[in-house]
Amino acid sequence: MKKILVLTLALILALSAVTALADGIKVGIINLDPSESGYRQANVKNLTDTFTADNGYDATFVTAPTADKQLEAANGFITEGVQYILVSAAEATGWDEVLEAAQEAGVKVFLFDRMIDCDPSLYTAAVVSDMRQEGETAVAWLESLGLEEYNILHIQGQLGSAAQIGRSDPLTEKCEAEANWTIVREGTGGDSWDPNEARKIAEAAINAGEKFNIVYAENDGMADGVVQALDAAGITHGVDGDVIIMGFDCNKWALEKLLAGEWNYDGQCSPFQAAVIDEMIKTLEAGGEIEGLNEKNQIISDEKGFDAKTITQEDIDNYGL
Amino acid sequence: MLQRKKLRAGLGQLLIPLIALGILILFNLIRDPGFFSIGVAVNNSGNRVLTGNPISIIDSASELAIISMGMTLVTAACGGQDISVGAVGAIAGSVFVKVLQGTGSISVGTVILSILACCLATILFKLFNGTLVAVFKIQPMIATLILYSCGRSIAYWINGDATPQLNSPIISSLGMTIPGIPVPTPIFAVLLVGLLLAVVFRFTNISLYTQSVGINQGAARLNGINPTIIKLLSFALLGVCVSVASVIGVCRLGQLNHKTLLVDIEMDAILAVAIGGNNLGGGKFKLSGSILGAYIIQMLTTTLYAMNVSPVNVKAYKAIVIIIIVIAGSPVVKEKLTSLWKKSRIGGSNAVIRKGVG
Repeated sequence: MKKILVLTLALILALSAVTALADGIKVGIINLDPSESGYRQANVKNLTDTFTADNGYDATFVTAPTADKQLEAANGFITEGVQYILVSAAEATGWDEVLEAAQEAGVKVFLFDRMIDCDPSLYTAAVVSDMRQEGETAVAWLESLGLEEYNILHIQGQLGSAAQIGRSDPLTEKCEAEANWTIVREGTGGDSWDPNEARKIAEAAINAGEKFNIVYAENDGMADGVVQALDAAGITHGVDGDVIIMGFDCNKWALEKLLAGEWNYDGQCSPFQAAVIDEMIKTLEAGGEIEGLNEKNQIISDEKGFDAKTITQEDIDNYGL
Repeated sequence: MLQRKKLRAGLGQLLIPLIALGILILFNLIRDPGFFSIGVAVNNSGNRVLTGNPISIIDSASELAIISMGMTLVTAACGGQDISVGAVGAIAGSVFVKVLQGTGSISVGTVILSILACCLATILFKLFNGTLVAVFKIQPMIATLILYSCGRSIAYWINGDATPQLNSPIISSLGMTIPGIPVPTPIFAVLLVGLLLAVVFRFTNISLYTQSVGINQGAARLNGINPTIIKLLSFALLGVCVSVASVIGVCRLGQLNHKTLLVDIEMDAILAVAIGGNNLGGGKFKLSGSILGAYIIQMLTTTLYAMNVSPVNVKAYKAIVIIIIVIAGSPVVKEKLTSLWKKSRIGGSNAVIRKGVG
């Protein structure tokens, strides 16, 4: 009995010695469920590919779809004694207590992809997308075409979501300001950004005899739904077609449609924040200061919009989700 | 005489949905006389196809119509609803795509094989629900809540890719139109499933057994019907319906998105069953009612889109119309109306008698 006890003790000591030896930077990463979307899948992969043992990290990953699970995970990381916590929050509110606890424990917090409503001093930096900028980039591209008439079929995402507001507002503002910009139809794919709903909206618009020359869909799936309706009605689209197709998110399959000339534009929403955070952590570890943050401690991801006329296979490989 | 009575009893259940459909049609005709016009167009694959709102409505309602048939059976046998049809539909789609991609090439043979595999998987998942309901006597809503909440995650595990693509003329033939046939294929799928169920009901006693289990399980057992088997059967048939609907859903877009495939369809299916005048507490049922319900829901949606109702308000308008239909079909209103009808008839005949006496 005593022998076993001694043996176990020795084993525990040895194990803890080993863990102490493998002193990568201890990081706890809290993300949403990868099954959520192509975006999330790419995001999770990007993080797991970057925060590896080879890259000098001892990272623990938690993917949870709800706020309470995420908070639980964050508390766990703090008691575990990690050095850094990376969070993409399911909900923007309710994080103050945990973030304060982290600060007291000396854990540095990075936000990625999604912002949290709290005092900017509670996190070290936030690497996020500016959805409004995505909308502005898309509208600027549309304007650069110099069409005489802009008759737009506008398919919105989940109403009230940051992505929907950011991508809708620049377009609606432009249409209010310019006489030759008109939104002929406006619909929403609903909370799940449903392509099927987008198809039905487009069918109804076509059947009602509405003439539109631009489809502005706020994600790739819904753009695809509209394209199905156009195909069924024999309306041509894409580079040589009558209707301009615009989507967002840059899924690989969507970029391939751009390359094939079936669509015209796809706006990026970058899920690749890992490299930026990796660099910031390395800077901090080396005793440096993080630079380039705005007043809200944010770094806005640099995002592109792809044009069917200039896109290359290389772009698809690099930026496709 | 008996036949007329039977006809009237049947029409009684379908009366409210038929009136609702009639009002919707009338409303659209007044609003836009061209609403129901059907045209012929050449689609982008170079095939002649029918276009217009009626085609659009019947085509778009296909998945819902198929699933609501299965939902009616489960409702009738178990006195409850399966809320996991959308989630299991995502699993079905995932299995379909996985098997199809596993075979290496898309041909008629591999597509049929994949549909069969998808059908089998869906039946198994539905039998899981069925076992919880029929054997363990768990309330259907609770039993199916399990797959409702985890079904889409399972669909993701099966495929591991958020949106696999299927690019093939066979797939678009299934989801849109077959070259040479101007009618959208999903419409044929509804006919096929409807016909299949009609044949099963015509040549077996399943329909009668299902109703008797739903009305009084104990009495059915005393008469030699095994309620467990009947309930399991209803779930298996629902499984077939779900797999057909999900294959249509995948083929329509030529890609699988397990987040949006048949999303929220469970609610619409239950609604279709209710609008069709079926008792959600089980017992007697009419498949035609549920199918009618499905087309009413789709016509309502298409009407709202055609009217260019702002996206913020679409759901609210839909809810208002549906509340009116459901209340009009409720037993209380029905009873009131029937007694009013009878009173006026009796009043009328009295008047005749009095006239005769006078």
